[in-house]
Amino acid sequence: MNMKVLLDYDSCHGHQMCAIAAPDVFGSDEIGNAKVLITGEIPVELHTKVRRAESNCPERAITIIE
Amino acid sequence: MTDTQKPVTDITTDYDIFAPDFVKNPYPGYTEIRESQCPIAHTERYEGSWLPTRYDDVVAIAQEYETFTSRQILVMPPAAGRTEGPYAAVGAPPITSDPPDHHWHRRLILPVFAPQAVAQYEPGTRDLCNALIDEFIDKGVADAASDYAQHIPVRVISKMLGVPLTMEDEFTDWVRGALENITDAERRIKSFRSIVEYFIGEVQSRAANPREDDFITQLMNTEVEGKKVPIEYVLGVCNLMLVAGIDTTWSAIGSCLWHMAQHPEHRKQLRENPDLWPTAVEELLRVYAPVTMARIVDHDIEFQGCPMKAGDRVLMAFPAANRDPRQFENPDEVILDRQNNRHVAFGSGIHRCAGSNLARLELRVALQTWLERIPEFELIDPTSVTWAGGQVHGPRKCMVKF
Ligand code: HEM
Ligand code: SF4
Repeated sequence: MNMKVLLDYDSCHGHQMCAIAAPDVFGSDEIGNAKVLITGEIPVELHTKVRRAESNCPERAITIIE
Repeated sequence: MTDTQKPVTDITTDYDIFAPDFVKNPYPGYTEIRESQCPIAHTERYEGSWLPTRYDDVVAIAQEYETFTSRQILVMPPAAGRTEGPYAAVGAPPITSDPPDHHWHRRLILPVFAPQAVAQYEPGTRDLCNALIDEFIDKGVADAASDYAQHIPVRVISKMLGVPLTMEDEFTDWVRGALENITDAERRIKSFRSIVEYFIGEVQSRAANPREDDFITQLMNTEVEGKKVPIEYVLGVCNLMLVAGIDTTWSAIGSCLWHMAQHPEHRKQLRENPDLWPTAVEELLRVYAPVTMARIVDHDIEFQGCPMKAGDRVLMAFPAANRDPRQFENPDEVILDRQNNRHVAFGSGIHRCAGSNLARLELRVALQTWLERIPEFELIDPTSVTWAGGQVHGPRKCMVKF
């Protein structure tokens, strides 16, 4: 199964819940908003964590493309 | 009778966030409103306000910053005299700012609160927590609120601002006056003046004798569009750091220790599975969200059937939203490894808490350090715990034995 993530930077307000759920995939830029660390295919072993990141973002700024 | 003394008849049309029962335990009242025909309650008390309690309504209001403005963020109008005198222009940016200024008011302070920037405060916070525990660990009893939680955020903020730790008691008193005991208008205005006067002194001393790069110095030297930022902005941000960063975090630490004192199974779960800490902190923030914030309606609108008028006050009940069963399964239960948790303890939208990464760090370190040193403890008498309420909810006396 293939998976990629998209971040809508304009709706991101830096809750950092994504980085808490999936630190290998989401980090923080210099103002604390999300930064996608893996822009290509997400390795299968991280899929569960990425789904969790998506379902914990209060701004619904993350979209998963499968 | 004053507004706080009249008994509440119907909570959906006459709620009182300062009523003693509500201060102690607001959750049954929030649930009653949220599950009633009027999930957006109204009251005439304190010159009137609306209280949305459902997750979707609270989030919608937080997102609609053009309709729901941050001109004022307290549940009652400013104290008489607040809009006069030399300090009238000092607010608490960015929390009291609206776009377009909100953007730069917030943008300038965000870098100091990014996760990678606040990480430097972790060792100092741990040392501070250990030093507080050293004071009482041999006694076998302690007040988890006033011997421990209360001292942590104020010292972290003082260090961050670069002001002496000896100001702790004054800061604590001023912050409570500005945010907790707000039905006392005189104390509120006095607290605000004390804060501004104190920071005018700090700014003047830095202007006369430039310092190493502390936060106040950095603020004073910041330029926007080629001009130094106005002094009101510097003073306002200092005011905000105290008012937004102390009472809130101290309340969260206190509520979490109160919870842990009554839940040995959660203490055990965290001991056996330390990887759970980050999600456990978010879950505790969800269930014990301490903060409620107001907005001022910009123009007449009908919102979810409620006829809101320009100038009306709306109080966003983040703690009620965080326990909405439409959004969270088993919302009143603490599930330390909860999978779906879009909680809004830190708000939502453009004003979302800028200090959240610092708050989380303090909360995690304060709880970890306590549980390492005092793994088993319990409340001495659950009925003797006292609470602060209104817009910030948390224990103020919480005696435990170990
Ligand atoms: C557990 C502790 C905390 C909680 C629950 C909390 C909660 C909140 C909430 C709900 C808001 C949104 C206000 C609104 O929508 O009007 C907010 C804003 C803010 N908080 Fe916190 N806060 C906490 C700790 C802190 C700390 C430690 C700091 C920094 C020292 C801080 C700084 C701020 C700032 C600067 C804003 C305004 C952001 C803006 O308007 O753009 N907070 N906080
Ligand atoms: S959780 Fe959502 S809003 Fe928060 S940093 Fe991540 S993407 Fe941004």
